[in-house]
Amino acid sequence: MPAKVSMCLAFPGRVLTIDGDFARVDFGEGTVREGINVSLVEVKPEQYVLVHAGYAIQVMDEKEAQKTLSYWREILTYEEETNSSAR
Amino acid sequence: MKRLSLLDGYRDAGLAQRLESKIKRLGEEIGRDLLIMHVCGSHEWTITHHGVRSLLPRSVEVRAGPGCPVCVTPAADIDAAVELALDGKTVLTYGDMSRARGSKQSLTEAKTLGADVRIVYSVHDAVKIAKSRPEREFVFFAVGFETTAPATAYEILQEPPPNLRFLTCYRYVPAAVEAVSRSPDLRVDGFINAGHASTITGMKAYKTCFDLCRKPMVFSGFEPLDVLISVAMILTQIRNDRPEMQNEYTRSVTWEGNLKAQKTMREVFDLRDGYWRGVAVIPNSGLDLKTKFSHLDAREHYKLTQEQQNADFVKDARCADVIIGKIDPPECPFYMKECMPASPLGPTMVSAEGTCKIWADHRIISAMSCRT
Repeated sequence: MPAKVSMCLAFPGRVLTIDGDFARVDFGEGTVREGINVSLVEVKPEQYVLVHAGYAIQVMDEKEAQKTLSYWREILTYEEETNSSAR
Repeated sequence: MKRLSLLDGYRDAGLAQRLESKIKRLGEEIGRDLLIMHVCGSHEWTITHHGVRSLLPRSVEVRAGPGCPVCVTPAADIDAAVELALDGKTVLTYGDMSRARGSKQSLTEAKTLGADVRIVYSVHDAVKIAKSRPEREFVFFAVGFETTAPATAYEILQEPPPNLRFLTCYRYVPAAVEAVSRSPDLRVDGFINAGHASTITGMKAYKTCFDLCRKPMVFSGFEPLDVLISVAMILTQIRNDRPEMQNEYTRSVTWEGNLKAQKTMREVFDLRDGYWRGVAVIPNSGLDLKTKFSHLDAREHYKLTQEQQNADFVKDARCADVIIGKIDPPECPFYMKECMPASPLGPTMVSAEGTCKIWADHRIISAMSCRT
């Protein structure tokens, strides 16, 4: 998470541990932060959260992230094959 | 040092090139110029930083609309915060907000005159600081969109210390999108909707607006591929002449949104008319503290009289047109001349989410130079 944080920027991170309203969150690339408030979401350790200004605002769906990409890969492959066979 | 697996593939250059070709084909099939507007400073940063515009055909323009909370915070509210700071209260706010000028000065400038102004990362920090100094009076200058408002609402419901009051200036994005979609000056062909604001509200908050304007609306994530996919989705809708509300950011945005955050926000704030700096009063676009929390409201407690007549911008500066997305920054006569990141004349050159600041940081001096 960059040092300079602006207002609508939000970062995905993986919840490591939860203690009451607060969690320890791994933001990747070596950044781990304590004290992320998770009271606005229902989250369990190992799940991804979207963190904005110190508060988790959503539990993110890792499967959906990969589904979006594989869906587009499929569409593009289909179209590219159709286009090249039409030529 | 490993990136999060959640984002694996969202910067895949090969997939980006394939999307680029698809967007080009769609642009040719549609055969006319298109204006797509996004409404989030973070989208502008992704688009500019990753050079997304250079991948789009000339007929497809993606422009920044009103998506910078610091930029739309009225000068009158900044003036009020400055006045409180100069009057001996400790004002706590986010970094960008402290540097934006009101009609005369910014909180940072007030600090050089001896005022106590402190930068916080979150509202929770403000609560902690106020608790640690019960003898001092603190004011949290609370600005932002619905992305930020739930956290403040949460802290307000936790009974913050009595020496902390809130000068709130929250704005609600769906109302701004509606205003832009109705604007006769802007002929927007489709919207890239803000993924983080709509993570809170859900897509449902935009249903009324969509029913009125019937323009493609895609709720988008913030990786470069998210934006390219969103553009492809919008162009597909236009080509098929079937406008829809579509979700690209399925890993975060849902139809219902974060119900817990919405409930928290509703318990504390009422939707009222809100003034967007230099732009207009937009109906139902301001999140104001409910009367039952008036004891925490800095405006009530300090009897602040606010007038909207405070000069919003430097004469002839076109900050308002940049905010609403009428122009790109280089069309302002001061852009990168009198107005630069080190000596900003307006808020759009101050905030990390302001279009002028983002373009300046990426050394863009003309609207064309960010294209091919």
